[in-house]
Amino acid sequence: MEILLIIVSAIFVNNIVLAQFLGICPFLGVSNKLSTASGMSLAVCFVITLATAVTYLLNKYLLVPFNISFLQTIAFILVIAALVQMVEIVLKKTSPSLYQALGIYLPLITTNCTVLGVAITVVTKDFDFGFGAARMLGYGEAVLYAFATSLGYGLAMVLFAGLREHLALNDVPKSFRGLPIALITVGILALAFMGFSGIA
Amino acid sequence: MTKLQLITKGLVKDNPTFVLVLGMCPTLATTTSAINGLSMGLATLFVLFLSNMAISAIAPAVPDKVHIPVYIVVIATFVTLLQFLMQAYVPGIYNTLGLFIPLIVVNCIILGRAEAFAARNGVIDSACDGLGVGLGFTASLTIIGMIREILGSGSIFGWKFISGDGMLAFVMAPGAFLVLGYLMVLFNKYLKK
Repeated sequence: MEILLIIVSAIFVNNIVLAQFLGICPFLGVSNKLSTASGMSLAVCFVITLATAVTYLLNKYLLVPFNISFLQTIAFILVIAALVQMVEIVLKKTSPSLYQALGIYLPLITTNCTVLGVAITVVTKDFDFGFGAARMLGYGEAVLYAFATSLGYGLAMVLFAGLREHLALNDVPKSFRGLPIALITVGILALAFMGFSGIA
Repeated sequence: MTKLQLITKGLVKDNPTFVLVLGMCPTLATTTSAINGLSMGLATLFVLFLSNMAISAIAPAVPDKVHIPVYIVVIATFVTLLQFLMQAYVPGIYNTLGLFIPLIVVNCIILGRAEAFAARNGVIDSACDGLGVGLGFTASLTIIGMIREILGSGSIFGWKFISGDGMLAFVMAPGAFLVLGYLMVLFNKYLKK
């Protein structure tokens, strides 16, 4: 039951883009076309899950026992940067087609704040699903939460890209063109997602 | 460009929020009230000012291949320093801003200014640039925070001028996107040529 709660909470109720405001730059940047948006979501999904799986262990077995938690930010960002590089190299060798599909989005993920944001969130002691008592997540739950969060990211991204493709066909007033109308659209989408908080 | 021009251009012409559209995550997430917006802006200003100076000083010695990891480590160091200072002197604000303080590391304004300006200019010029862009960011965040606070909770800088609640949606996620969207429209119409 709790696992289900984590998944629903991460995808809908606390959607990472529409409720937590993480990863807005790539969200606005690459959501012009549905195909690029889904490519980016796939890459993010891959890196968030992997990065959380590594940083959780790093935090638990290295930073906390040696009492150097203050290095968390630096250590995590280094792990993420190294991981993105590694994923790039491995994908290039093993699956050139996927590497081609992800293209320039892979290196950009280092500065996508969803990755660092989720990695830091899951190691906080008073993690709150928005449902029950706050507590620290176990390893499996942390990785699951990361995966579900990235699915929520993909959902928001694909929905928004679909809306934007239609938006491009409309005659928008000059001052509203480009980002302003995009932001207002996200605002309305976020309003719709607020309805999910009623589930809790 | 004179030093003063370097500082003022960050306010309107190169405004990080409305013109360059960088650092959107903290802009949207922390502007639930004017005070929160102002604090986030000042925190970013602190890191931007110091990292711009440090990076412009070390840039000539950094090999081209590893320059991004080196810059990120420099920025992460200043962010950690900021975390300590805030925990010690303003723990209340530190807790309110929460996750978004460590996330200053991945704020694209900071790495963006390091790449675009600090790496190619002197220490004093880079300090002025950091100050200007940081002030521009602080100003935008304070304005957005003020509007959301007035509409969302009927108060201004914590001083309540109506009884009861405001329109709660403006304090929550949708209001952030809507306020920023409409402010950008006004900015495009009146301040940008």
